[in-house]
Amino acid sequence: MSLRRLLAVIVKELRQLRRDRLTFAMIVGIPVMQLILFGYAINLDVRGLDAAVVDQAGTAHSREIIDAIGASQVLDLRYRVATPRAAEALLRAGRISAALVVPADLEVRLARGDRPALQLVVDGADQVVQAAARQLARFPVAGDAGWTRRVDPVEVVNYYNPERRAPINTVPGLIGVILTMTLVMFTAIALVRERENGNLELLIATPLSRWELTLGKVVPFIAIGLVQVTLVLLLGDVLFAVPIRGSTAALYAAALVFIVANLALGIFLSTLARSQFQAMQLAVFTFLPQILLSGFMFPFAGMPRAARWFAELLPLTHFLRLIRGIMLRGAGLAELWPSLAALGVFTLLMLGLTVSRLRKRLD
Amino acid sequence: MSAETVIRTRGLSKRFGATLAVDDLSLEVTRGEVYGFLGPNGSGKSTTLRMLCGLLTPSAGEITVLGHALPGAAERLKRELGYMTQRFALYRDLTVLENLRFLAALHDLPTAGLGRRLDALMARYTLGELRHRLAGTLSGGQQQRLALAATVMHAPALLLLDEPTSAVDPQSRRDFWEALFELADAGTTLLVSTHYMDEAERCTRLAILDHGRLVADGSPRALMEALPESPLRVVTDRPRQAQQRLLALPEVIAVAQIGTALRVLVVPGTAPETLTRALKQAGLSASARADTPSLEDVFVAATRRAPATGAAP
Repeated sequence: MSLRRLLAVIVKELRQLRRDRLTFAMIVGIPVMQLILFGYAINLDVRGLDAAVVDQAGTAHSREIIDAIGASQVLDLRYRVATPRAAEALLRAGRISAALVVPADLEVRLARGDRPALQLVVDGADQVVQAAARQLARFPVAGDAGWTRRVDPVEVVNYYNPERRAPINTVPGLIGVILTMTLVMFTAIALVRERENGNLELLIATPLSRWELTLGKVVPFIAIGLVQVTLVLLLGDVLFAVPIRGSTAALYAAALVFIVANLALGIFLSTLARSQFQAMQLAVFTFLPQILLSGFMFPFAGMPRAARWFAELLPLTHFLRLIRGIMLRGAGLAELWPSLAALGVFTLLMLGLTVSRLRKRLD
Repeated sequence: MSAETVIRTRGLSKRFGATLAVDDLSLEVTRGEVYGFLGPNGSGKSTTLRMLCGLLTPSAGEITVLGHALPGAAERLKRELGYMTQRFALYRDLTVLENLRFLAALHDLPTAGLGRRLDALMARYTLGELRHRLAGTLSGGQQQRLALAATVMHAPALLLLDEPTSAVDPQSRRDFWEALFELADAGTTLLVSTHYMDEAERCTRLAILDHGRLVADGSPRALMEALPESPLRVVTDRPRQAQQRLLALPEVIAVAQIGTALRVLVVPGTAPETLTRALKQAGLSASARADTPSLEDVFVAATRRAPATGAAP
């Protein structure tokens, strides 16, 4: 391995990258666009459902309860109607997703405690709304201090995300998704492009070694990956106030390992593909399972066992454990070592496969 | 192997699936030669060159290049060899100087005085003014000069050039060949593939390939002199009709119209009168006389003969 040759390949890559405006724009554009898109749009936790209130009791107590529910921000109580029938009409028209009905005999129900005090009519077609309604059903309606019985005795205590804001969970995951999408794609086309443009035939007729070529193509993108991580963290802080509870050094260390894993995957795909188009297809083929099964979209624990085993093979799964651990729970690398080790093994495997597949021959 | 033998192959073959691209090729190239590979597209020129520089593994046969037995010693050979690909293989999105610097690093040229050496190299190939131009914006001839400069910068003992002039204008081709002879003068051995007759004629030695087989090998002059078939020049008032008639004769191998006359290649021992008689029977007045053989006659005769000799072991 000659350091000079390795350096020459790195410098060449950076020069080409600087002149390739589209790729350059993608390095910055994809993270920003995705962060804004996913950060605002993916909101599995429902807040501000349009709702109507039917207060048939009209007592001081009922108003107190309504105010408390309104303060939870799950429902946006924008309509006040007189009858349940009027609320139903709004629901049918799609103007509201839920209606809170306070019956006339509220005081009696509260005193007896044998029937639910309140009724929540929801648009049950939407599962997300239903889930929100179930949470509201446990809402404590006790007004005065002497009241001990609740409609639903289970209290939901929300750790780590007390305001139940989705971006807290999405932004760290997004770092992983963005790195996966951009870095795998960039390196997947890297070797194929050399082959398609005829450059590879020149390179393999020189003393350049396979490791020098592979590493020279990977190293520039490590820096690019770190720039992307920084960009998402900064925007995550400014736009969504996502905290970093663990150490920043640990975060970057985890990101570095994950970046290298992705580049190794990309460069391996590059040895499989015959054209840049095929390389892109292969890259997309690896995104989907990662985004769906890694725990970014759906909770890991809820997946069937076979899917979870498969997900253990995906680098994004391990990175999500690392980054959520560090950013949200303030965990250290020492506690998260299995994920770190998994990424390391994945990287070595991919790089090894790449070099074994990369022949300094044309046949 | 004598010290002067640069390339030697014995029974070299390359098979791609069902096609035999190179078939039992035995060659010997001595030092300082400008050795030409002449053949139609698909005759195995590129495949042979790629095997000679270790980029392809032969299916059968032995290769020794610069004393290295291939494919085993391919990596060691790559330090002493210059290979210029058929397609422009430098980076179009790098400048002339950036491309040369990159290759200088790959070849591990000494860093001390590298700037001056590259300046001299660019001056030799008249690239000095273009040093900051992107390679992709150069003309075909300029790209060719850049590719040659990049191929010879580490002073290789052997240069393999795969159809180096297929994309350049006649003036650039002449300049390019000047540069090649200069390199040969300095002791470099050159192996050049081409499908241009005028280029083939410039070579000191020539191998004609057809369907992966070596069908002729020798200096252009010797090949022309030893041509058993004879070319005839036929002058007639209606050359198109005469051509049709002549091609029907068993003695005629090939007919080409040159201006208003016809150049006819016939099997050995055919008298000019055979042609004029046949044309007269068809109602065409014509005169025929023997002509001096050209390299094109050698090429046509050799490639037409190929199927017959194909049965030989």
